[in-house]
Amino acid sequence: MGQIVLDQVTKSFGDMTVIPPLDLTIEDGEFTVFVGPSGCGKSTLLRLIAGLEDVTSGSILIDGKESADIPPAKRGLAMVFQSYALYPHMTVRKNIAFPLRMANMSREEQDRRVQKAAEVLNLTDYLDRRPGQLSGGQRQRVAIGRAIVREPAAFLFDEPLSNLDAALRVGMRLEISELHNRLETTMIYVTHDQVEAMTMADRIVVLRAGHIEQVGTPLELYRNPRNLFVAGFIGSPKMNLLEGAMARKHNAHTIGIRPEHITVSTEEGEWSGVVGVSEHLGSDTFFHVHDTGLADSVTVRADGELDIRHGDRIYMTPRHERMHKFDEKGHRIA
Amino acid sequence: MSTKASRSAARLMLAPAVILLLAWMLVPLTMTLVFSFQRNLPLRGGFLEWVGFENYVRFVSSSAFWPAVQTTVVVVGGVLLITVVLGILLALLLDQQMWGQGVVRIMVIAPFFVMPTVTGLVWKNMFMDPNNGLLAYLWRFFGGDPVVWLSDVPVFSLILIVSWQWLPFATLILLTAMQSLDSDQLEAAEMDGAGTLSRFWHIILPHLSRAITIVILIQTIFLLAIFAKIFVTTQGSFGTRTLTYLIYQRVLESQNVGLGSAGGIYAVILANIFALFLMRIVGKNLDR
Repeated sequence: MGQIVLDQVTKSFGDMTVIPPLDLTIEDGEFTVFVGPSGCGKSTLLRLIAGLEDVTSGSILIDGKESADIPPAKRGLAMVFQSYALYPHMTVRKNIAFPLRMANMSREEQDRRVQKAAEVLNLTDYLDRRPGQLSGGQRQRVAIGRAIVREPAAFLFDEPLSNLDAALRVGMRLEISELHNRLETTMIYVTHDQVEAMTMADRIVVLRAGHIEQVGTPLELYRNPRNLFVAGFIGSPKMNLLEGAMARKHNAHTIGIRPEHITVSTEEGEWSGVVGVSEHLGSDTFFHVHDTGLADSVTVRADGELDIRHGDRIYMTPRHERMHKFDEKGHRIA
Repeated sequence: MSTKASRSAARLMLAPAVILLLAWMLVPLTMTLVFSFQRNLPLRGGFLEWVGFENYVRFVSSSAFWPAVQTTVVVVGGVLLITVVLGILLALLLDQQMWGQGVVRIMVIAPFFVMPTVTGLVWKNMFMDPNNGLLAYLWRFFGGDPVVWLSDVPVFSLILIVSWQWLPFATLILLTAMQSLDSDQLEAAEMDGAGTLSRFWHIILPHLSRAITIVILIQTIFLLAIFAKIFVTTQGSFGTRTLTYLIYQRVLESQNVGLGSAGGIYAVILANIFALFLMRIVGKNLDR
């Protein structure tokens, strides 16, 4: 069980309001990702749920129980920190067993649970080492191990992968997703990386300056961004946002079209321009096209083996049904 | 310093300091060693004859030796206990956010800057004097008989005075160590269900262990050599004669340079045993 409901939660530090009144429901078993640029309040929101910060007003219900005034340990949540926060003077075994020891669990039960967690996380060979002797990925797994032995109502992850190198991050992303599939426990995951959000989440919560901009499944956010901020934040590379004459032609203030929804040709098309930088990824190539008369630069995706170079003129045709329209305030026009 | 030229330049530039330091230490040490094998009584004309190890035997077989060793151990141990325990508590207190933090920290550190002689005199005359001392007033205020500190509980008084001076040192080092503790660890422990005491015992104390070892190591070496505070308070009477003070008495009060020097060599050996022992502990701690 692990349903978490935030009802009119606010948080201020002195005169500065970090979280204006906010409502959110996280269903049991859901993998929810809080995503947004740095300083948007996503970590503060997580710490409010964890109980490491006190709410200024509003209530937090965990499994229907008012928890805003309950100390962190009693909320039945486990947290994985960005810095891992392992205890350096304890072995891996003692690190993982620490929450069980604090709960006065019997030695046999402690050993059994630690052994089980170590098997799940491939840590069996490292149980007697200290954190200082482990690699970044292994430390990350120990931190997760310390969280799962408690069998919490929900897991809280605070940017857990940002200290890892790129290859390891992709691997750990998979492992955490697999862990979620196996445990089916509620997980709340904070990140500034929209790729992590898109790949892992059941539901994404996009935050800006403490406000929820949009909540939805990754594909909902991708297909129907509610405003310009979400449109620009979700998707990689970023959506092209065009203003001016082209937008007016479509009765909008701004139109958005993703790089992957523009067809590229060397012969004919609706728009044309000169290729500036081209980024070859192998499977795909992204062209940054200038002199289109639409915007400074338009990004388009093309087949990876298309032979187009810097300075070539290309033609582009947008898929009109995939175009997004926004009004002056940046809201989506249906 | 990677090239041959820069390495030899570095050696050349370090040389004056190293030579000065060696001379500074080696000359007195060698002189003490030479004196310790002599019968050397300045009042009877100084050097009389070579006596081999006789001074060493006489120093340890004297009736004053073992009591002096015992006093030394009690004083050093007592001061270490008080400064480490109170130092940890004070460091915990000073680590909290509070108004006037900077001023309070400087005031806490202040006793360390007072000269040992002055410390001894201030305590003897201002606090512990049985007629006019502040403590005597305090006792009378509550209707008690003033304690004659320096003759009734002389060793305890000495421990108190020395602790007052060294507590700031311990506090300062432990506070610095405490500030280097990752706050995430404390928060993780809080999430893991550890209460305030458990967090102190399982997270803060282990984190401080290296700093505590360093405090003990440095203080022991300095505490073995306390002299001024004893000199200005009890003059070594009432059982406050430590090894250092015994050596001083042998040389200057009994005017026996040879015997005192032999005691000095014992003290050097003792301090080195301590240093070696504690360095190994520090080394072990650093391996983690």
